[in-house]
Amino acid sequence: MLTEEIVQSIAKLARLRLSEGEATAFGRQLSAVLRSFNEISQVDTAGVEPLVTPSEITPRLRADVVEPAAGAEEIIANAPEKTGRLFKVPPVV
Amino acid sequence: MAYEAENEGFEAVIGLEIHAQLLTRSKIFCRDSTHFGAGDNENICPVCAGLPGALPVLNERVVEYAVKTGLALNCEIRRQSFFARKQYFYPDLPKGYQISQHDLPICGPGYVEFVSGGAKRRVSVTRAHLEEDAGKSTHHGDYSLINLNRSGIPLLEIVSGPDMRTAAEAADYARAIRGILRYLDVCDGNLEEGSLRCDVNVSVRHCGESALGTKVEIKNINSFRFIEKAIEYEIHRQTDCVLNGERVAQETRLYDPDKNRTFTMRAKEDAHDYRYFPDPDLLPVTVEKDWVEEIRSSLPELPLARAARFVAELQLPEYDATILTQERALADYFERAQEACGNPKAASNWIMTEVMRNLNESGTSIARAPVTAERLGKMIALIDKGVISGKIAKTVFSAMWADRGDPESIIAEKGLAQVTDAAAVGRIVDDVLAANPSQLESYRSGKDKLFGFFVGQVMKLSKGQANPELVNELLRKKLRE
Amino acid sequence: MDLSQSTLVELRDAVRGKQVKAVEIADHFLQRIARIDREFNSFLAINPTVMDEAAKVDAAVASGLDPGPLAGVPIAVKDLLCTKGLATTAASNMLKGFVPPYSATVVERLRAAGAVLLGKTNLDEFAMGSSNETSAFGPCRNPWNRDHVPGGSSGGSAACLAARLAPASIGTDTGGSIRQPASFCGVVGIKPTYGRVSRYGVIAFASSLDQAGPMTQNARDGAVLLEAISGRDDLDATTSDEPVPPWFRKIDSDMSGVRIGILKEAGIGDVDESTAVVFSRAAEAFRKLGARIVNVSVPTLRYAVATYYLIAASEASSNLARYDGVRYGHRAARPTADLDDFYAANRSEGFGLEVKRRIMLGTYALSSGYHDAYYIKASQVRRRMRDEYASAFAACDVILSPVTASPAFKIGARISDPLEMYRNDMFTTSSNLAGLPGISVPGGFAENGLPIGVQLTAKHFDEQSLFNAAAALESALALPKKAPHGV
Repeated sequence: MLTEEIVQSIAKLARLRLSEGEATAFGRQLSAVLRSFNEISQVDTAGVEPLVTPSEITPRLRADVVEPAAGAEEIIANAPEKTGRLFKVPPVV
Repeated sequence: MAYEAENEGFEAVIGLEIHAQLLTRSKIFCRDSTHFGAGDNENICPVCAGLPGALPVLNERVVEYAVKTGLALNCEIRRQSFFARKQYFYPDLPKGYQISQHDLPICGPGYVEFVSGGAKRRVSVTRAHLEEDAGKSTHHGDYSLINLNRSGIPLLEIVSGPDMRTAAEAADYARAIRGILRYLDVCDGNLEEGSLRCDVNVSVRHCGESALGTKVEIKNINSFRFIEKAIEYEIHRQTDCVLNGERVAQETRLYDPDKNRTFTMRAKEDAHDYRYFPDPDLLPVTVEKDWVEEIRSSLPELPLARAARFVAELQLPEYDATILTQERALADYFERAQEACGNPKAASNWIMTEVMRNLNESGTSIARAPVTAERLGKMIALIDKGVISGKIAKTVFSAMWADRGDPESIIAEKGLAQVTDAAAVGRIVDDVLAANPSQLESYRSGKDKLFGFFVGQVMKLSKGQANPELVNELLRKKLRE
Repeated sequence: MDLSQSTLVELRDAVRGKQVKAVEIADHFLQRIARIDREFNSFLAINPTVMDEAAKVDAAVASGLDPGPLAGVPIAVKDLLCTKGLATTAASNMLKGFVPPYSATVVERLRAAGAVLLGKTNLDEFAMGSSNETSAFGPCRNPWNRDHVPGGSSGGSAACLAARLAPASIGTDTGGSIRQPASFCGVVGIKPTYGRVSRYGVIAFASSLDQAGPMTQNARDGAVLLEAISGRDDLDATTSDEPVPPWFRKIDSDMSGVRIGILKEAGIGDVDESTAVVFSRAAEAFRKLGARIVNVSVPTLRYAVATYYLIAASEASSNLARYDGVRYGHRAARPTADLDDFYAANRSEGFGLEVKRRIMLGTYALSSGYHDAYYIKASQVRRRMRDEYASAFAACDVILSPVTASPAFKIGARISDPLEMYRNDMFTTSSNLAGLPGISVPGGFAENGLPIGVQLTAKHFDEQSLFNAAAALESALALPKKAPHGV
């Protein structure tokens, strides 16, 4: 069972703010989900490497070539708040 | 005066984490320029600005530079290494995670050897891993501004073992790493501009103990001298702490060079849970043996080996060899100069005095020195052949520095060649003897010491150009007459 | 020519053969959308330059240039794919008003093949959902019965086909998000092999599972559309170098000797009666076509939903960290106390409930102390599952299974019970975990008239076998060319 305290600490880690109601509901729902998902502990995975990319893909690298950044203007245009060409945020220190 | 922890029965345990910006043209995962000094947010694209849907693709040269550095640091090069996501929120970290190597980095254990305090030292390198740099925040009171030009610049983080015991040794280790990076031409090693960043881990313990004390990290120290001073301060502070029966807090500190002290940046209590996991957008980095061997064969001779060769083959003193090999360009310059004259010691002397003094005064780099190594060598050969004297050579050198000229043409133009014509020198000797009858009288009556006086007069009259041996010979002869 | 009822292949042949102009086709579908999409809410945006794009195709045809294999076909694209200059929202308030400075590789390739971008379709917020109910811009409705969900997350892409508002569309599939809505809406949906289609510009949900793919009226259209968007992309390191075969031209519906695998673990015991009937008829059809029905086993299949949700949520919690309100996206209007408060305010206001729930689940599964039991364990089960599938494919060419346990459910029926909603994905998630290609093909109808699909799965990069079997099944079943009421 995920206590409300655990739920709130995960929310903090994920930078989400949950109302008390949300935290309670999430606690209940996620507890049920995890209880069910715990079934995977039954699978014998001794010595099995975790799998990330499921199909065989040959790794390749990109040549060190500069392509002038197109779209910098459009990127900046999406900023909720800016000063000149810089993104503006609340004080970080 | 360096603080000696041993005096109190303590020893310090020091390890360094060095972040080197790699000198690639484009960023680690996208095609934006790494050019320093671009306009605000000019070098950004969907990838390094963390836009929805953008994906990283690894730059080949980044891998090459990491392997190159790993080989130079005697590291194991992993055939397969992995990128993971290190997750934390910060406004200059666009994706909410930094792509970095966590488990199994590209370079495994290795070591570096260097000279410190006149002795050869070996420090272990635990690992060297690749990661992307974050952007830059600037703070303006009630708001901060984010520039992402630096976001995605490739970094190689070189982590040493906790092998060092003194501040001086740690600073020399950092210098050695910088020297190697610059030799390899993979990083410009500029601490002030931040293309090389040093984090230091320091702890103290009673001598003879094997357990480590509480580790304190000092971040972002921007000169070798400050590395040394910050560590000295920190050893002192921690030793006092222990002596006073206090606990050393595990924390991150910053060094203030103006006050020469360190202060708390953040306590370990709010340590992050980085939730590392393999980045599914990037496949394992695979470095085949052939590629490693190709890179190995392209490695330049490194500072320590080069210095040893200068001593063994060119009979340079250790001191000269160490100085000359600190920078690859300087060592190259020396080698070219000594090849041109066949006199290594003279080449070394000239470089360590005149060349370096002129470089310092004019603020030029050796690569841009107006006197090329070949011309310096040629000039030294002219001294050795007796065409000019060592003293005149200084005049020639100054002229070469000022006008980028060739030594022979300067000597010819300015008539600086030694006068080796016996008749011409003989005439000057005659003139000097005729002009100084009383000294001549004294000499002949036994005042031998006046011989030097006559030599001086002849040299003066010949503007230093008379061949000194010829002057001696003719004077002796004429004084006997 | 009845443009609404025409297939992609018919339309492009007509455009190439100068029987119809691309602008006529585009105009036809634009008018239909304007007239009836308010009933379905399948589109979130119409491309304002669609007529210009169509005119360009016509100009190419007129001047004798090759207009491409998708000449003049208007294609609806899930609003999870970035479109340069055209707002892209992922059906989230977080991205309301976001205008990408670039287009997804899939969108670029569609255009390069002569298609015109019709508009952006509705979906579950950030593709997290199986019903299209989590869209911040209202649910999309199933054209076969408007009280029912179209499925999800690519609900809009499926519904617009069923309602004949577009001849073909693009969806994305992380755990069934193409195949399940295709089944619910009576169309064909293809999830390609992981690495077949570029993810560049596809807003990431779970990077090791996501694939974009075609949704079409039939398997042949699907083959043409998939050919156009497949293949290595230098902007996506996880695309494969595997050559893209001419699937459409090579479709061979001769099933004699083809081995159709039936999973021991995903039998008809798990599904409702109408689904069981449809599934059995499909198996019977294959048998009659000369295929051999063989039993295969993937023992870890029963753990697929758990494994899938743990991995998908873990990756999602990381992929969605970039939505912080700094460079783009929603920013809370109220002043914030500090940096953490700033992030929490932006993210809590911008994300909907289901997205938050999955971020919470994934953050937990990756957090220190739980990482090994959840994320690592699930990744190990994933490898076992993939290896078991590889063994299964030694004994068969294609696996036949249901897509879902039951046809489209009513709007609101499952939204309050996440676990019940997640269980919905029991037949589809395993192919994403194993990276396998899958297709959902209409198989029949339930008694209430809702369509039911069947799923075919093949080994890595063997989409050809899927197209062959799907095309064979389509002719064998010869389903009546029904359209939803009022369409």
